[in-house]
Amino acid sequence: MPEKNVRKGEPQEQQPQAGRGIGRREVLKGLASVPVLGLFVYGLLKKRSLDESRRAQILSELGLGEAPAVLPKTTGKKAGELIRLGIIGFGGRGEDLIRAAGFAHPDWVEQKRRDAERNKLDKWLEDWLKQEDLNLALTAVCDVFDVRAERGLAASKNEVRPGGAGAPLAGAKRYRHYQELLASKDVDAVIIATPDHWHAQMAIDAAQAGKHVYLEKCMTRTEEEVYRLHEAVTRSGIVFQLGHQNRQQATHAKAREIVQKGILGPITLVETTTNRNSPGGAWVYDIHKDGSPQTIDWEQFQGPAPHKVPFSLERFFRWRCWFDYGTGLSGDLLSHEYDAVNQILDLGIPHSAVASGGIYFYKDGRDVPDVFHVVFEYPERNLTLIYSATLASNRNRGKVFMGHDAAMEVGGVLTVTADYESTRFKKKIEEGIIDPSLPLFTYHPGAKGIDAVTSASEQYFASRGLLYTYREGKRVDVSHLHIKEWLDCIRNGGQPSCNIERGFEEAITCHMATKSYLEGRKVFWDPVKRRIV
Amino acid sequence: MARQQRHGEKLTCSGWQLGALVALRMLIGWHFLYEGLAKLLNPYWSSSGYLLEAKGFLSGFFTSIVANPTALRVVDWLNIYGLIAIGLGLIVGCLTRPAAIAGAVLLLLYYLCNPPFVGFKYSAPTEGSYLIVNKNLIELCALVVLALFPTGRILGLDRLLFGPPRIVDPQHA
Repeated sequence: MPEKNVRKGEPQEQQPQAGRGIGRREVLKGLASVPVLGLFVYGLLKKRSLDESRRAQILSELGLGEAPAVLPKTTGKKAGELIRLGIIGFGGRGEDLIRAAGFAHPDWVEQKRRDAERNKLDKWLEDWLKQEDLNLALTAVCDVFDVRAERGLAASKNEVRPGGAGAPLAGAKRYRHYQELLASKDVDAVIIATPDHWHAQMAIDAAQAGKHVYLEKCMTRTEEEVYRLHEAVTRSGIVFQLGHQNRQQATHAKAREIVQKGILGPITLVETTTNRNSPGGAWVYDIHKDGSPQTIDWEQFQGPAPHKVPFSLERFFRWRCWFDYGTGLSGDLLSHEYDAVNQILDLGIPHSAVASGGIYFYKDGRDVPDVFHVVFEYPERNLTLIYSATLASNRNRGKVFMGHDAAMEVGGVLTVTADYESTRFKKKIEEGIIDPSLPLFTYHPGAKGIDAVTSASEQYFASRGLLYTYREGKRVDVSHLHIKEWLDCIRNGGQPSCNIERGFEEAITCHMATKSYLEGRKVFWDPVKRRIV
Repeated sequence: MARQQRHGEKLTCSGWQLGALVALRMLIGWHFLYEGLAKLLNPYWSSSGYLLEAKGFLSGFFTSIVANPTALRVVDWLNIYGLIAIGLGLIVGCLTRPAAIAGAVLLLLYYLCNPPFVGFKYSAPTEGSYLIVNKNLIELCALVVLALFPTGRILGLDRLLFGPPRIVDPQHA
């Protein structure tokens, strides 16, 4: 209490001169601490001008604008005439894609409603309902498993959807065989999300039937199918989009701009990875309790698979574990990583590939490796691309572009860090304008543009996606954008970003890796004969 | 010897004691003002990162702010202009006691949002090591001291606004 602080001493305070206004001495005492404010403003202005000039010097050095990444073109117009959509393969990914297109199963809506009630940060349903109405009608569903086909029909009739009551809702018809779906006059375009072994044949048949195709990756299961599909799509003139939704990722577009401006200097090594550590991540998917020879058309499922085997629930629900239906890590996850690098660097098909790995953790009867590495050489680009994956560790490794002047890590956030031995930035590093121990700049798509030189803790939050994910409460699904781009091209002409040429490069690259692994040797691309040798 | 009497409180202290209190007031004011301005001048700043890290019994309240874009905007705005206003008030000694109390309340919220309690881990890098007591708590306590020993009417604008403290004879204190 104040009383305890009473100290003896001489009184300094004087009785104010009563009734004669405020004296000079009073004003001085009243304003005694104002000069500190002046000092503060001086310090602030000095710091601001130093920061600004440093930032301006860095940005002008890099030739980068503040503008957000240039994304693949979208028309911006209202979605044109109605497109009638069919889906072939309404499994996990098929259901995701159809939801991205604007049709969700009522169970999903209910689940997300409950999630949002439990956790206020869960905005899945809210964001999905805010999604643009693409003016689509889901008119046809084909799946060899009755339960999934029924789910597709239910999604096509669900009134809860983006665009609300005004959005088209035709209700789909079920087709038992995909050929019947392709023959239907009620279908303009198809999404194909079956296992890989069916991709090529279905897409070829669709192209020949004049239906536009959105095809999931990997584009084909075999090398030979790549050539046939490429020819069929090119001849038919349909709009073809391969399902690499990373093409819509703003950080990837920005990364491309950065590489094109030469900020990284000569890039000699690119490292991409996939690490996962869960049964789901290793394709040990749930076996549905209603799966049986009565509910699954096993013969149609097997179709072009090289080995015909008796009915197997494991093979049906966990098909990625066998080369009969897919190519394991190569077609599932390397394909995404490769396409992202191809999107950023325009790499094309590698000169050679060497792959290795094995089945080291999931000894569950699968024949595809669960640890897998590939080294692709691009001698004409003076560059090596490395892919490395394990399905038994979650250790995070980024997608890193290593240049002589700077390194770039690309994910949900993009970070560029100058190299302390850089030639290009030598002077700026010596002058102390560029600090190679801190990111040169970072780019967060959720933010307004480039945030040059951020603090360590801001950096940290950004890399976790914590700063921007919920800032405006708005997230956009990249698959939605990828489908939208495909539809825009159907309506207005033009080529989508992951067209048949990009698909050709993706599939050949993945098949080079698979072939090298299976044959235990280095394989090469012969650009004259256009064959893997 | 400076003396103050307000609402029955009596304060007498030496010039050194007064100087130390005013210096403390201005330093904390400086800190608040720059924290506020740094946030104002950073177009990317948001309290969401800090709030999402919330631990302890109020964590539900803090994260629910992030879930509501309007609430988050209000909190960001209050944070920025609250820090600036408190900082200015403390530096120039204007409304010193309300500024000190408001600052202490703000720091209490920061403290309760990310309390350095045993067993709580944060992913944000910190510049020191803390056990229950951290710099927020110490600055909070310093503001409580400044609220109890308001110096604005001795050296500060409060003197011009409300007049100097009336003299108290230490013999009768």
